[in-house]
Amino acid sequence: MEHHAEVLKGGIWHQRIPSWRDLAAMLLVLGIVVLLGTGARQMVAPFVVAHQPAISLSPTALPFYTLRTVMRMLAALILSLIFTFTYATLAGKSRRAETVLIPLLDVLQSVPILGYLSFTVVFFISLFPGNTLGPELAAVFAIFTSQAWNMAFSFYQALRTVPRDLDEASRSFRSSAWQRFWRLEVPFAMPGLIWNMMMSMSGGWFFVVASEAISVGDIQIALPGVGSYVARAIQERDLAAVGWAIIAMTIAILLYDQLLFRPMVAWADKFRFEQTAAQIVPRSVILELFRRSRLLRLLGEPIGTELHKTARARLTLPRRLHRVTRWSLPRRSVDVAWYGLLAAGLGYIVWELSRYARSTLSWSDVTIAAGNGALTLLRVAILIALASAIWVPIGVAVGLRPKLTEGVQPAAQFLAAFPANLLFPVAVFLIVRFDLAPKIWLSPLMILGTQWYILFNVIAGASAFPGDFREAAASFRVRRWRWWREVMLPGIFPYYVTGAITASGGAWNASIVSEAVSWGSERLSASGLGAYIAQMTEAGDYPRIALGIAVMSVLVISMNRLLWRPLYAFAERRMRLD
Amino acid sequence: MQAPAPPPVIDIRKVWMAFAKPSGEPLPVLAGIDIALPEGEILGLLGRSGSGKSTLLRIAGGLIKPTSGEVLYRGRPLAGPAEGIAVVFQTFALYPWLTVLENVELGLDALRLPLDVARRRAISAIDLIGLDGFQSAYPRELSGGMRQRVGFARAIVSDPVLLLMDEPFSALDVLTAETLRTDFLDLWIERQLPTKAVLMVTHNIEEAVLMCDRIIVLASNPGHIAAEIRVPLPQPRDRLDAAFHGIVDEIYSILTSRMTEAIGAQARIHGGLVQILPQVSPNRIGGFVETLASSAYAGQADLANFARPLALEINDLFPIAEALHILEFAELKEGAIKLTAAGRVFAQSGTEERKRLFREHLIRFVPLAAHIRHVLDEREEHRAPRARFEFELQDHLNQGDAEKTLRAAIDWGRYAELFSYDDETRTFALDHAAG
Repeated sequence: MEHHAEVLKGGIWHQRIPSWRDLAAMLLVLGIVVLLGTGARQMVAPFVVAHQPAISLSPTALPFYTLRTVMRMLAALILSLIFTFTYATLAGKSRRAETVLIPLLDVLQSVPILGYLSFTVVFFISLFPGNTLGPELAAVFAIFTSQAWNMAFSFYQALRTVPRDLDEASRSFRSSAWQRFWRLEVPFAMPGLIWNMMMSMSGGWFFVVASEAISVGDIQIALPGVGSYVARAIQERDLAAVGWAIIAMTIAILLYDQLLFRPMVAWADKFRFEQTAAQIVPRSVILELFRRSRLLRLLGEPIGTELHKTARARLTLPRRLHRVTRWSLPRRSVDVAWYGLLAAGLGYIVWELSRYARSTLSWSDVTIAAGNGALTLLRVAILIALASAIWVPIGVAVGLRPKLTEGVQPAAQFLAAFPANLLFPVAVFLIVRFDLAPKIWLSPLMILGTQWYILFNVIAGASAFPGDFREAAASFRVRRWRWWREVMLPGIFPYYVTGAITASGGAWNASIVSEAVSWGSERLSASGLGAYIAQMTEAGDYPRIALGIAVMSVLVISMNRLLWRPLYAFAERRMRLD
Repeated sequence: MQAPAPPPVIDIRKVWMAFAKPSGEPLPVLAGIDIALPEGEILGLLGRSGSGKSTLLRIAGGLIKPTSGEVLYRGRPLAGPAEGIAVVFQTFALYPWLTVLENVELGLDALRLPLDVARRRAISAIDLIGLDGFQSAYPRELSGGMRQRVGFARAIVSDPVLLLMDEPFSALDVLTAETLRTDFLDLWIERQLPTKAVLMVTHNIEEAVLMCDRIIVLASNPGHIAAEIRVPLPQPRDRLDAAFHGIVDEIYSILTSRMTEAIGAQARIHGGLVQILPQVSPNRIGGFVETLASSAYAGQADLANFARPLALEINDLFPIAEALHILEFAELKEGAIKLTAAGRVFAQSGTEERKRLFREHLIRFVPLAAHIRHVLDEREEHRAPRARFEFELQDHLNQGDAEKTLRAAIDWGRYAELFSYDDETRTFALDHAAG
């Protein structure tokens, strides 16, 4: 999933890395995924997937399925947090680790999430043969991959941008690394982290649904959950069941938002770094309930005190170790050894990959994949343009009316979070029914779920547009066309770019499930890279899955580098007054 | 001084400091600084921005390691932030997510005190500094003055021996700053603080004379000690006292004579290209000249008298005075400024006439501006990239000064319509208006 970390609200853009590192990181990711996947597959060649209970299409079974889905989501979120605190901290604190970890992260977040799945499923099943824990972990891992990267990015960037005076204050009080982490770094990163968690979650629903029911080659998995329920409904051509699933998911997402994120956002407001009072203070009924209720407060008090004590504890040992490694070894020779090691590892992976590729793939495979990639690229470009043409004017119209914004903004955010793949069967049913051309009519599905990012970012931009700029334009009676071109569009541009980046990243991911769909025994394919990967996955053709994923990653990364980043940097530069 | 005195609280010996430029060359910011701070003294570090005074304070606090030289804290070498040294920051550096009480407790984190002892000490520090009632407030709910009080409480809660203050009052408005200063001095004079010595960075001359027992004036490029002034006046001091004025005037004249010397020296070497230009907008120059030409001053004034009613600090005042001196619209001498004949004409003129006069002086007295114009005149297409001049300047100046100087030259050149500059393409050009 594409990252929000660096484009977060007025975010700080910095060109982190020269591109050879991306290439290296790319090879590393691809190499590890392929090697692990094939290795695991060989280990358990004829393996038994655990006995799986059949999925029931009765609506009464749905609450339980939904609960399972939600639990997977939560588990992935917790894993992502742990990953964030360790990976990003390591990258933020160690210069050497940083040179590897950050480019790696950059590539990881460009790899299509469902692409990982076909490899990781095999790997996890082989870890726990004959146990549903394997597929469960694979599903959780898929959601994890949709959340962890941008959370880690946001935390890493926060670590890098801790204000100098706070850093000096913490050092002058001689805080230990542990105290500093909990007192300074985590709180400072909190608003960005929570924002990214919310964004990740909204992407995550899509993948949780997609990862519950998968078939890779001869492995068929259907974990109890909403996704499997829908998959079954598709097989059975049961439109009513699809409807029930949509309702269940809607309720689940709304509850998640109310019970988890709203309280979190309201609570995190105190971590805002600006020392001025906020104009709009985020509120949460649930949080107020917690804060006001005496009983809950009494229960919470001891926990709070313990947490406070933990954060105060010095735990100086790691710091001393840190210092030893820092000062006692000659830096240069360690550097040389470190880069040597990296080069050797990379060399090995390149060799292994090329050996693997040569034995299984030919150049014609590459051209086929690339051709499909071009088709999907064209689709993404057209769809983003279309979505922009529709949602930018609407977003501006809404954003300039505060009353309307209040109502529309949550709806747009909800739509962005809603897993669009639940709606696919409805669309496919219509396409089959009216005999429409799949190459054209399947395309909009790609952007069904992600177009809302454009809408709500534009709304946010328009509502943040300074009132005096608008009044100035009005008092000079700036004409309509000029007003759009010279007042409004430049004003919302950075927000639009943020939304468009997310939308296009999401569209790439969605292509894997939207370019090849089925309704009962009816199969539709729009061809394109997504369809290619989906078909190879079904066939269990690992080398070609890897090829497809690689092509897609390259396309996504180059689109980011060549289009979105320069655009974003441009927007940043133009909007600055100082 | 008596022989068997305890060792200085902080002893800075032959300290040199250089930061690495992006090109890898060292950029010296402090050169051979020797300062000893005995017990019972408030020592002020005074200088314009860029003189390295904040860096020196951070070296004394162990926050930065000097490139060479050593720092002794109570006779022992200082390696990193030490117990007994506390810092008050210009920007307060409060943690916005912690309440006042929690922020103050932060000053005790390193001491491994039991929770309740820490709380008691924090509360008594809060009381002492006049913050009672605000314990549970978050910093964003407080005014600037109250925030800095939290900064003070947090610094003194650990009973520091040495208090380092980095322009502690410069982010506050005039009235708030004055209250906070006197409150602090009261605590100091009444010996309510366990603190043995204070090192304070400031760019406010009157503040330095009001608070310090000794003032060290730092000069820039690289930072070195230009003068040392004792302030033998008893506390509390009276700003209206003649002796007080005498010291303020003395400091002004030290600073101005350093400045005019430097300007003169820079103009003589490398065809004047090493001249560092202050970043002052032509509007401020205009405003300054008008005020100076007004009946209140009749074209000349002591800088001290000029600064006081306008509440100008040296970082505001000196760059303008410097610009006027360079452009020869005014002359600086012994802490006084006097308009030249051209300066008087400038004050009386309208916009077009001012621009013409400014252009003339720019060409005559700012070799860099004349040089840019000359290059543009020579070239057939009358355009030149910014990088060309950047490189030229960096031969003689460090990168920061080169950048600053070029920006000032661009600003002045644009105002005088001597040349135009396009920031998108980063090129200079002659446009028809300037031709």
